Amino acid sequence: MTPPAVEARALTRRFGAFTAVDAITFDVAPGEVFGFLGANGAGKTTAMRMLTGLLAPTSGGARVAGFDVARAADQVKRSIGYMSQRFSLYEDLTVRENVGLYGRVYGLRGREIADRLARLLDRLGFAHLAGERVGRLPLGWKQKLALSVALLHEPRVVFLDEPTGGVDPVTRRQFWELIYEAAAGGTTVFVTTHYMDEAEYCDRVSIMVDGRIAALGTPAELTARFDVASMDELFVRLARPGPGAA
Amino acid sequence: MTPRASADRAAGPGPGSGHGSGALSAFLRKEARHLLRDRRTLAILLLMPLVQVLLFGFVVRTEVGRIRLAVVEPAPDVATRALRHRLAAAGRFDVVAVLRSDRALPRLFASGRAQQAVVFPAGFADRLAGGEPAPVLIVTDATDPNTGSVMRAHATTVVRRYEQELRARRPATGDPPGRSPGGAAVLAETRMRFNPTLASAHLFVPGLVAFVLTIVSALMASVSLTREKETGTMEVLLVSPLRPWQIVVGKVLPYLALGFANVLTVLLAARVVFGVPVRGSVALLLAECLLFIATSLALGVLIATRTSSQRVALTASLMGLMMPTLMLSGFIFPLESLPAPLRALSAVVPARWFLLVVRGIMLKGVGIGHLWDETLVLAGMTALLLGVSARRLDVRLPGGR
Repeated sequence: MTPPAVEARALTRRFGAFTAVDAITFDVAPGEVFGFLGANGAGKTTAMRMLTGLLAPTSGGARVAGFDVARAADQVKRSIGYMSQRFSLYEDLTVRENVGLYGRVYGLRGREIADRLARLLDRLGFAHLAGERVGRLPLGWKQKLALSVALLHEPRVVFLDEPTGGVDPVTRRQFWELIYEAAAGGTTVFVTTHYMDEAEYCDRVSIMVDGRIAALGTPAELTARFDVASMDELFVRLARPGPGAA
Repeated sequence: MTPRASADRAAGPGPGSGHGSGALSAFLRKEARHLLRDRRTLAILLLMPLVQVLLFGFVVRTEVGRIRLAVVEPAPDVATRALRHRLAAAGRFDVVAVLRSDRALPRLFASGRAQQAVVFPAGFADRLAGGEPAPVLIVTDATDPNTGSVMRAHATTVVRRYEQELRARRPATGDPPGRSPGGAAVLAETRMRFNPTLASAHLFVPGLVAFVLTIVSALMASVSLTREKETGTMEVLLVSPLRPWQIVVGKVLPYLALGFANVLTVLLAARVVFGVPVRGSVALLLAECLLFIATSLALGVLIATRTSSQRVALTASLMGLMMPTLMLSGFIFPLESLPAPLRALSAVVPARWFLLVVRGIMLKGVGIGHLWDETLVLAGMTALLLGVSARRLDVRLPGGR
């Protein structure tokens, strides 16, 4: 049995007196599509920052791709891909230049970059756009390109922070096909989203409320356990503060 | 446990295959592209120094218009009247007041009603007739040193010409025996008010170099770094294997090159258009300029680490750097004329030290031997600033939630 791709153990982050992430513990298996849900301010982004090495934990710890995020940040960085909720490519550079930049940053050689660029363009149907500046592409295309770039170095784990914000349903569909493709290739996908239909696409989801994990399991398990019709209903019930919360 | 758990694929590039140098050069190429593709900004950055040189050169040292002149004649006589008429006829002077005593002069100068005064002694004509030295005092408002020296030159010229006329006439009238012909007749004595040593006259080029470099380097570095924060690409860079110092170096190097181009522009334009020479070593001057660009860039990086929006970075660079560079460096106001607290404050303004270096090399022609203190101060500032900002970047992004 291979070790988990992501393991968090009592992972905690405080900002002064405020506890943003409160001792969360969970595992994500290799090749799994893991949905990391929660209302704004529930602590998802802080948790994700700790897992990607952008923020040091106050206490507890986590291993990503088998490396300790606090002690082996460099190895963690080389083993992961990241796509932020804000657009993460350079708009004044062409598709080819963006791919080249990230390829080099992740230590790929010229030959590998050229091969992967060709495959990537082919898969996205972008072959004629290699020399186009990214800023000229429609938003949906940009997002697909950003995901492909985050996957370029074939990371063990890819972190996607609300990757489909502002994207039309058709493109979202295509986007998720790319996610499944990556997962089928063995990449672990760690994704945050506000779209509950997307939550249903995940192998397992966790729902964060006030810095803690309030629910964790497959979408089917969770809807059954909480006796709700959909993830949407479950999310509203858990995330809304007050007596309705579990 | 998961439907698609095909976990046995090894990670693509094994950890440890990240290449620092390839990544850095790729990053540098990216920065160069940003710079070269933003044509409009690039054009502004390259042309601004040229425009500045021409502006400063032509506007600041422009010809003086009509000079408001006060004449003090305690006892008007033939000679004082002759000289006064010559001044009035010279076409440059408006005689705004003819006074009996010099008591009112300070008020005239302070209010700006007079810019210059010619003060005769009592018995001026008698002294001339007797062959005695006859002193004329020319007082000039030197608030603006350039204008002041031009005004002084104009007044002195008129007095000299009058003197020459007198000498030319004297042999005809015959010299009293025992007196050398054409002996000291009119002694023009000049005095500059407000800025007696004329410090910083003609010294605009060194100040301009400091000014331009501060804008281009600090401002552009801080804006270009905060742009990455604003667009979100900074997060991606920080998550990547790039190290903070590589990000900083990658961001800063293109502007080092741009700043250097600006130095060459300013020096060349100053040389070609205004004939400002470099008396000392050009190589040393360029090396010191590189050092100062590095200092300014480090300042820009520090600003960028403390702000997250381009607008704040821009304002901070403008207010926090440009104003001190203009006011507290000795560029516009001589340091000696600053009140003590401001003079003390000027010690932390890098341009103040850089200005000493550039003036030393360009105008006095001194070598590094005389400039070690200033150079070391600049180097120390750069190291300190870079150290602080690298640490701040390393502590990662400010924790949002």
